[in-house]
Amino acid sequence: MSSDRTLRGRVAIVGVGESTYYKHGQSPDAEFKMALQAILNACGDAGIDPRRIDGFSSYGDDRSEATRLASALGLPRLRTAVMQWGGGGGGSCAAVANGAAAIASGQADCVVAFRSLAQGQHGRFGQSSASGTLSGERSYLVPYGVISPPQRFAMRVRRYMHEHGVRQEALRAIALASYHHAQANPRAVMHGKPLDAAKYDASRWIVEPFHLFDCCMENDGAAAVVMVPAEQAPDLAQKPAYLLGAASGSGHRFATLGHNSPDYASANFKTVAQDLYRMAGITPADVGSVQSYENFTGGVVMALAEHAFFRPEEANEFLTLENLQAPSGRLPLNTSGGNLAECYMHGFEQVIEAVRQVRGTSTSQAMRNDVALVIGGPMVAPASNLLLGSAAAAGRHA
Amino acid sequence: MTHGRYLREGLPVPVAEPDGLSEPFWSGLREGVLRVQRCTHCGQWQFGPEWICHVCLRFDPAWTEVAPKGRIYSWERVWHPAHHALNEQGPYVAVLVELPHAGNVRMVGNLLGDPLQEVVIGAEVQGVFEHHPEHTPAYSLLQWRLR
Repeated sequence: MSSDRTLRGRVAIVGVGESTYYKHGQSPDAEFKMALQAILNACGDAGIDPRRIDGFSSYGDDRSEATRLASALGLPRLRTAVMQWGGGGGGSCAAVANGAAAIASGQADCVVAFRSLAQGQHGRFGQSSASGTLSGERSYLVPYGVISPPQRFAMRVRRYMHEHGVRQEALRAIALASYHHAQANPRAVMHGKPLDAAKYDASRWIVEPFHLFDCCMENDGAAAVVMVPAEQAPDLAQKPAYLLGAASGSGHRFATLGHNSPDYASANFKTVAQDLYRMAGITPADVGSVQSYENFTGGVVMALAEHAFFRPEEANEFLTLENLQAPSGRLPLNTSGGNLAECYMHGFEQVIEAVRQVRGTSTSQAMRNDVALVIGGPMVAPASNLLLGSAAAAGRHA
Repeated sequence: MTHGRYLREGLPVPVAEPDGLSEPFWSGLREGVLRVQRCTHCGQWQFGPEWICHVCLRFDPAWTEVAPKGRIYSWERVWHPAHHALNEQGPYVAVLVELPHAGNVRMVGNLLGDPLQEVVIGAEVQGVFEHHPEHTPAYSLLQWRLR
């Protein structure tokens, strides 16, 4: 690989912003208005004029269109408008990478990556009222009552637990870590609503092996980051978080219809994690904190194993609340509360949290803040991931 | 299962895509036959269907009748309904069944019997056709019971 075919050290996230996070249906503001709030907050955080923005990047079929944003914000020009394919949260990191790639290749100078999602206004992922006929992927599942996301992912997780002897307690530790960190985060929807093992165990099944607390929330909100070329980052208001690496994609035929992925019991990171570490030039031991998308806790177990933090057979031993806690657990995980307990902003709140970890301003700061990992939607295709780091980690002089 | 149904009425009904890709599968179920694709050139089994064999890249893999039997590859028990038609259903079991005699292709269905039964990965199951000829359009599902 020639040395210029990388994002390492070439682009920085210089501003982060979010709307207020709400339970689904409780936002007083329209989805598009929240997108604008998040973008302006990110610009304010960076200390830049919003009219400097010349690109937008998003994922998951975001409804807040780049061209409408450019008009609404009075941008003098729009130079890049990128959408990652795939309907789920698998694009949370790819949205950052695609925007950064536009900057690194000279197609844009100031790109906002964002997600806006008002599930109260546009229908929930977890419920269906469809009738009539259907075809394609859903025709092999829905007539059998495999309809909502937890129902579509539970059998992957069950198979993984079967193959590797993973116990329910490993899933529980993921949930406990998110709720633990949310108690320190005033932005978190579940701030002030702690979770303990007994409450988890007593909670109802949504679909075995997922208890209620294994499943992400549904929320209204928006979140955004502003990126500029690395050379311009030190002049702005915040400590930059540089891209060390990014990857997205899918393993061999992972999206084959009707649950026919050859490697079924997988979060789909086996190829994507290798690409990420290769671009960043680091190993799992260098990572100080991880934000790992919890659509369902079982997906996090698989995603962490596929990013080589432990072997699947070690999951029960590795995944304890103690190990996953900031500041000094072995691997501080989902330090803002994540999709389970901060806000289900399709994982984009986790991108922002990784920036805060690098800055050293998280409400649950990890001891090591030079390298922060984000892992987008596990078990979906395409999936994506992202490594952010300090100037030193990116090989730049601060 | 010529009478009755495992899940309550009101879920969407499966049909082939407008381009007809999966039509031999769905018409097969209505005839009480399970068909999956098998490439006539390289012998590769394939499901869900596609217009091309993913190994040798020849077009139009042949639809081949296979015995509706297999073993449980994974399973889930659903407690929280995600569709209004199932609000009064109570818990139910979905299984992912692999067909070792057809290249280990997999099918999602329901496991007939007690919805609270213990489910064992690897258990042998037999396909049971659930026909709905009275429905417009007529359709059939493939369910599973322990062998």
